[in-house]
Amino acid sequence: MNRFALPLGLFALLVVVLAISIRHSPNKGTIVSPLLGRAAPGFALPSLTDAQHAVRSQDLKGRWYLLNVWGTWCVECRAEHSMLVEVGHSGVIPIIGLDWKDEDDHALEWLAQLGNPYQAIGVDHDGRTAIDWGVYGAPETFLVNPQGIVVYKLVGPLTRESWTQEFLPRLPPRASAGL
Amino acid sequence: MCRSWLLMALMIATLSIRSAYGIDATSIADPALEARYLELTHELRCMQCQNESIADSPVGLASDLRREVRNMLLAGKTDDEVRDYMVSRYGEFILFRPRFSARNAWLWLAPPLFLLIGLGVAVRVVRQRAALAATDPEVPDDDGRS
Repeated sequence: MNRFALPLGLFALLVVVLAISIRHSPNKGTIVSPLLGRAAPGFALPSLTDAQHAVRSQDLKGRWYLLNVWGTWCVECRAEHSMLVEVGHSGVIPIIGLDWKDEDDHALEWLAQLGNPYQAIGVDHDGRTAIDWGVYGAPETFLVNPQGIVVYKLVGPLTRESWTQEFLPRLPPRASAGL
Repeated sequence: MCRSWLLMALMIATLSIRSAYGIDATSIADPALEARYLELTHELRCMQCQNESIADSPVGLASDLRREVRNMLLAGKTDDEVRDYMVSRYGEFILFRPRFSARNAWLWLAPPLFLLIGLGVAVRVVRQRAALAATDPEVPDDDGRS
């Protein structure tokens, strides 16, 4: 009996360790952003739709906003676009677009066809800002609070589920009443 | 015979050229900086493909990250500053060689610990056997006498 106690104990320990690891493993290989709970990286980008004004992070201080990373080359972005339009039109929260490594005329055509949910769109031709934000695949959507802190990051298309389960509960009740 | 050797030599030669200049066509004039650049880009993970380094990957993000590494090195940043920047953006996952931290300490320490435990068990077993052999009259010693 005694000679089995140690191996059995070790086996039980292994089971516990593996169970914890499986439980905490991120689903589908999504990488948790180190930006969560930290200040959102600053940016100043030319606007896609307004040649006069730049899109700047400092102009967004003091309010909630979504930063949505997209590109016309991105298939999943097309899938999420109708949901973005719905959120944008609800007026719950402004959506700032980050047009990532894209052609301006393609992007403008895309918006004309599918609708423009964005309050402003910054153009990131060389991908410099995307790297600052730790973007590794479009679409990605960041939720930033009035203090400029990244509260949540969604990797993959915005769906009704992720909107109601992940974004709305993190917003103050007054803002989230709309949708 | 001679032909096939030649062919093989050629193939090996092209292989080595490929690994050096396959995807990344750029180079830095300063050889020391170039060496650091190659080393760093080989130890940073391509986040889109995950099992390739940014030096080996043809995807757009990897080339953007290579450009970033190059610019930081040219700006006089140290290797650790480059690594810190990447980790602060993409997390520890971007490093193929994870760093020692409180969270993964047990991963680093477990192998030597297990080795010590194993050594301890082995020593104990050998000693017990030796003691047993010395006291057991049934076991014949080396001369064959009991």
